[in-house]
Amino acid sequence: MTIQVTVNGAPTDVADGATVAVLVADRSSGHDRVAVALNGGVVPRSRWTATALSPGDRLEVLAPTAGG
Amino acid sequence: MTTTDLVPALEQEEAADPFTVAGEVFTSRLVLGTGGLPSLEVLEDVVRASGTQLVTVALRRVEAAAGSSMMEVLSSCGVRLLPNTAGCMTAREAVLTAQLSREAFQTDWVKLEVIGDDRTLLPDGVELLDAAEQLVADGFIVLPYTTDDPILGRRLADAGCAAVMPLGSPIGSGLGIRNPHNIALLREQVDVPVVLDAGIGTASDAALAMELGCDAVLLASAVTRARLPVQMALAMRQAVEGGRLARGAGRIPRRWHAEASTSMAGLPDL
Repeated sequence: MTIQVTVNGAPTDVADGATVAVLVADRSSGHDRVAVALNGGVVPRSRWTATALSPGDRLEVLAPTAGG
Repeated sequence: MTTTDLVPALEQEEAADPFTVAGEVFTSRLVLGTGGLPSLEVLEDVVRASGTQLVTVALRRVEAAAGSSMMEVLSSCGVRLLPNTAGCMTAREAVLTAQLSREAFQTDWVKLEVIGDDRTLLPDGVELLDAAEQLVADGFIVLPYTTDDPILGRRLADAGCAAVMPLGSPIGSGLGIRNPHNIALLREQVDVPVVLDAGIGTASDAALAMELGCDAVLLASAVTRARLPVQMALAMRQAVEGGRLARGAGRIPRRWHAEASTSMAGLPDL
C-alpha cells in the first residue's frame, strides 16, 4: 500500500505510514545537513520520526550549496 | 611613517573601530560569496587567499546541492556561515527559507534577499522590510541585501537588522558602484554596519566602497568568475584594506585647478 506525495517537485510514491525521517534517509545520501519543508512549513529535525506523510503532501528536501 | 609601520597602522585602525556585527568582531572586512566557482577544488584556495571570516552559502534541493564536501572545506577554513535566501521573491518565501537554513546550518544569521524580478535581481523593498521585521522578531541576525536607497536602509536598521547591505549595481553585473553618493548618504543614516553588496567588478570598486565609508564589502562573482579567482581574491583583500586605510588617512579635497606640490620658493630665474 503506497500513497503519493510530491518531493522536490516530482510525484513520488511512498509507503503508507512512511515518515519524514524515512524519506530523508532515502533521498539525502551525501548530505549531512538537510532541512525539510512540509506543505510550506519547517519540519524540525527533532520531529522527523514523528511526522507521518499524508497523500498529497508537498515536501522540499534541501541541503547546503554554494551561493553568493 | 616607514613602510614597516603600515601593517600596524591597519591594526590600529581596526583596534580603534573593529568591524562588529551583532557583537561579533571580524578582523577581515571582506565577506565572500561562494557561488559561481567552476569547481569546489578552488573554494579553499579562494577563501584562504581572501582572508575572509564570513562566507555566504545557500540551500537548494538535494539533487542540485553541493554535498557535504563543501561544508567540510568551509569548516576547515574556520569561517562563519551566512546562509542567503537567494531566489526568494516574497517575504513568505524568504522567511521560510531563513527558517530552513537555520535548521540546516545551525545558525541564526541570514543574508536576507528578496528580489523583485529575475532579470534585474533588484531587491523588492516592500517585501524585504516585511521579511526583515518577521525574522528579527523570530530571533534572527538579519543582514539584508537592499537597494542603495538611504531611507529604506534606515528603515531596515530601525527594524532591528544587524547590518544593512546596499548594492553597488545589480548582482553579477560587475558595474561597480553606480551611485556613490547614495552609499555615502546611507552610511550617514544608520548606526549599524554598512556592507557594500553586489556589483563589484574589480579591486578598485572594493576600495571605493571602503573609501565611501562602508564597513565591509561582500562580493562573489568578481572573484569566483574571474579568470584567476585566487589572484582576484587576494586583490580584493588588499583593495579592502587599502580603501579602509585611505578612508582613515583622510583624502585631500578635490580642486578645480592644479596646486603645485613643489614649492615656488627659491625658483631660479633662468
